[in-house]
Amino acid sequence: MGGQDAGQVPREGHDFALWEKRVDALMVLCSSKGYFTVDGLRRVLEDMGEESFETMTYYERWISSINQNMVEAGAYSLEELGTKMAEITARGETYGEASGG
Amino acid sequence: MPHDHHDHSHDELSPSGHPYRQDNDEPLTYWQTMEIAMRELLIEKEITTAAEITARIEEMDRRSPADGAAVIARAWVDPEYKAHLLADGSAACKAMGFEPGVLRLIAVENTADVHNVVVCTLCSCYPRNLLGLPPDWYKTRAYRSRVVKEPRKVLAEFGLDLPDGMTVRVHDSTADMRYVVLPARPEGTEGMSEAELAQLITRDSMIGTGVPKTPT
Repeated sequence: MGGQDAGQVPREGHDFALWEKRVDALMVLCSSKGYFTVDGLRRVLEDMGEESFETMTYYERWISSINQNMVEAGAYSLEELGTKMAEITARGETYGEASGG
Repeated sequence: MPHDHHDHSHDELSPSGHPYRQDNDEPLTYWQTMEIAMRELLIEKEITTAAEITARIEEMDRRSPADGAAVIARAWVDPEYKAHLLADGSAACKAMGFEPGVLRLIAVENTADVHNVVVCTLCSCYPRNLLGLPPDWYKTRAYRSRVVKEPRKVLAEFGLDLPDGMTVRVHDSTADMRYVVLPARPEGTEGMSEAELAQLITRDSMIGTGVPKTPT
């Protein structure tokens, strides 16, 4: 997207939430263990298209890409992920409840 | 995959007048659920452990622009170290006890004629091992799109008006190379100690969207 037109650079920041820090940690750990590389992360991010930059937050894009890479690497299957996600959703309505703190 | 999972507008303000921020007591989102699921699966399969994840977060939390400022201040007072930093950024950081990681770190020097600024147009590559995690604006579409095309205008929005005669170099990071700007030492700092100098070096001055503070 380098060179495209865009509006003013938004300057507000936010503190990283715990789940975002965990996504970051998972990226570093999975790549350092050889499951995939930064190039793999970027490949999936770029495949998502520009629309994802408007509809998803930064670490939402990351978790989606890390997941795609880990499934491709055979770390777990989509079925295992789906089962686990359903189990987690049933635990509670907030991140704190669902993640066990 | 669903994109419409946002539970409330980010424009709303809390009763105390602050924008809402994602936290652990807000409604669980689809992507948060995915994060929990992946983390638990990887722990169950013994690919990682909860302790390893926590240690990694603590490690990242410890890194901050103060690390980079210490490196820059050393380069300002020690010509030999400066030459080392410009020749091999990764090794020079390591020499000061900052683990540079596997990526190549390249320091680019601001002079009286040249101003450098760093971006990652493809995603968000940033010298995070030296400066901590990038600020949100560094990752925005607006910064990444525009700084390569109209850097002077973007820098002016950051409050940095560069003289017309100054060359602006924009460095686009890659997956294997990270840039850090070695800002010019401000005038009037001749008698200052390395520690005092480090206080003048801001995060933005090492990205190139700012310059060091001047001594008061």
